Amino acid sequence: MTQPMKTFFSDLYKKANQGPWPLIITVGLLLVGTITVYQSPRSLAAFLTLMLCPVMLYFLKINIKVKIFMGLLLAIVILPVLGIRNIFYLEVIFQMAVFAALALGLNIVIGMAGLLDLGYVAFYAVGAYAWAIFGSKQLSLLHSIPGAAPAGAEFSLAPSYFWLFLFLGVGLAALAGILLGLPVLRLRGDYLAIVTLGFGEVIRVLALNLDKPINLTNGPQGITPIQRPPLPPGFIMEPIRNLLTPIVGHAPTDAEFYNVFFYLLALVVILIAIGVATRLEDSRIGRAWAAIREDETAAIAMGIPLVRLKLAAFAAGASFAGCMGVVYAANRTFVSPESFSFLQSIGVLTMVILGGLGSIPGVIFGASAVVILNIQVLQNFSLYLSALRQSDAVIPLINFAWKDLSNQLDPAKYQKLVFGIILIVMMIYRPAGLIPAERRKRELVEDIE
Amino acid sequence: MALLQTTGIVKRFGGLVAVNKISIALEESRIASIIGPNGAGKTTFFNTLTGIYKPDEGQINFNGRSLLGLRPDQVAERGISRTFQNIRLFGSMTVLENIIVGMYTQLKQSAIDALFRTKKFHAEEKESEKKASELMEYVGLKNVGNQLARNLPYGGQRRIEIARAIAANPTLLLLDEPTAGMNPNETEDAIKLFRRIRDDKGITILLIEHDMRVVMGISEHISVMDYGEKIAEGTPQEIRTNQRVIEAYLGREAASTKD
Repeated sequence: MTQPMKTFFSDLYKKANQGPWPLIITVGLLLVGTITVYQSPRSLAAFLTLMLCPVMLYFLKINIKVKIFMGLLLAIVILPVLGIRNIFYLEVIFQMAVFAALALGLNIVIGMAGLLDLGYVAFYAVGAYAWAIFGSKQLSLLHSIPGAAPAGAEFSLAPSYFWLFLFLGVGLAALAGILLGLPVLRLRGDYLAIVTLGFGEVIRVLALNLDKPINLTNGPQGITPIQRPPLPPGFIMEPIRNLLTPIVGHAPTDAEFYNVFFYLLALVVILIAIGVATRLEDSRIGRAWAAIREDETAAIAMGIPLVRLKLAAFAAGASFAGCMGVVYAANRTFVSPESFSFLQSIGVLTMVILGGLGSIPGVIFGASAVVILNIQVLQNFSLYLSALRQSDAVIPLINFAWKDLSNQLDPAKYQKLVFGIILIVMMIYRPAGLIPAERRKRELVEDIE
Repeated sequence: MALLQTTGIVKRFGGLVAVNKISIALEESRIASIIGPNGAGKTTFFNTLTGIYKPDEGQINFNGRSLLGLRPDQVAERGISRTFQNIRLFGSMTVLENIIVGMYTQLKQSAIDALFRTKKFHAEEKESEKKASELMEYVGLKNVGNQLARNLPYGGQRRIEIARAIAANPTLLLLDEPTAGMNPNETEDAIKLFRRIRDDKGITILLIEHDMRVVMGISEHISVMDYGEKIAEGTPQEIRTNQRVIEAYLGREAASTKD
């Protein structure tokens, strides 16, 4: 960014932080966002206005209690209600939370401990398949050919086992993290990246091929249906349904309640993930990880056991993904190997680097930004371009009709191109990420004279 | 009995014998030096002591126990701390954090303590923070605790590296060319600091050094290495007049014409 632009923004930030302005801005955004989204549930601009509110809440100086109150109001009242009106928003926010948890986990491995992991999505797959296999009819189909399910197959576990698997997913993924960690401990940098990439592919290929000799994963067709945990009983749900009916304009269906439920569940998981990540970072373990990242030789000379701490980093990072994997499997009621491709790993890596390597608020912001960009902004952009091609509009300056554009150059195909350009520009102007990592400042230092 | 005793340490890299049958004995609470021309194998010898390299032959005894086969972190846990020839601070961590990392082996908190922020955790964090600020002042730095280590000037970084090393509460401190690149004033301060560390804390110091003023001014015992072998040892007085040492430093020709 050029110097005048930088000072312009920092001046603006200072002005926005004075007197009543922080409160006016955030409350304003909250109100305007809520009303506009309520009025026109399909408007992207309205949704972005509303999403700007939590961002501003984070950046501006407001009493912490007010911040928490507004955050909670937005997260557990406004968004679910608006989400029932337009279910797509809950889907967007659910994906934001899922990827934020993945980014937080990967951030432990790459950002904190400095171990480049290109197969991170494997742990997500471990969690997802754990619940997929036990939470579906798959166990009674072990000896049948994929696709030819005999009638009368039964679910092997009650749906409420989901809660147990939420924890089992954490444990299984952590175990997978340690298994991956053991052989690669001697490797650094590029070599480590290649091995983890291979591990990610191994898990995907296992999922693809474990339909023989016994049909554990149902191969490329994937597993469906996967059970969802039961909603609270009717006497709790009915009052909520009645309360919401006039607000959202129709009686909410169970499917819509499930969307709210998974959104809230993802929110809880992400809050726990944030807590775990921040507390680990600012402790003996987090400092040891940072030391390993900075200089392995010096770290080990300080008495830091490399093996144990690297394994701990892999396990901790993997556990976040495992937990979200279980949530994902239940939410989609369907898993297939395709969801766990190498590109997914790269996607999460992009979020971490874009947001700020090693920065907890950064990676959450990065994950949210990439999700909104990919499934909303760029989607809208290509829809807009496609609409132009249907119309009589011409490209200005060169006077070329959109209609005459060859199919090869279909602008809708440029979604990824724009994303790529955004990434390149970001890395040139903000190489440390959107919210760069900062070390905690300690106050005690100045006290001693 | 000597605090550190090595017998016949050999370290080979392919055909090159970097350290050849080095035996030294270091008494407790001494300041001793290893000197020698560039490439004499001094740093390699340090690296075998601290477990970074495994010696091909020989014994290392520290505090009456063998160090052979231990990993560097286990050696550190036994009470040997070191600094590096080319400063190896954790650049993007703050000065205080660098020193607190040095206390790794001293801290008792577990991951559970950290996750649930137990009383023990808070007490220990506060204590280590306080200790780290004190150490920072001890090595002569003020109000830089929150700065990133890499932003400190060279001399400051050297000091922080020493503070980080003594934060581990070591019995033996290995300093690898600690005054390299310092101006005469800074060197003077450094010498005083080393003496203080030994006198106040009773830490035994073994240093590798090129600067003869430092070596002669501070050492109570000197070992001289050349081409991987120990060619002399003794008090500074003895080393100064030793013919083989003069030859090693000036070359045989120059040494003989000097007489």
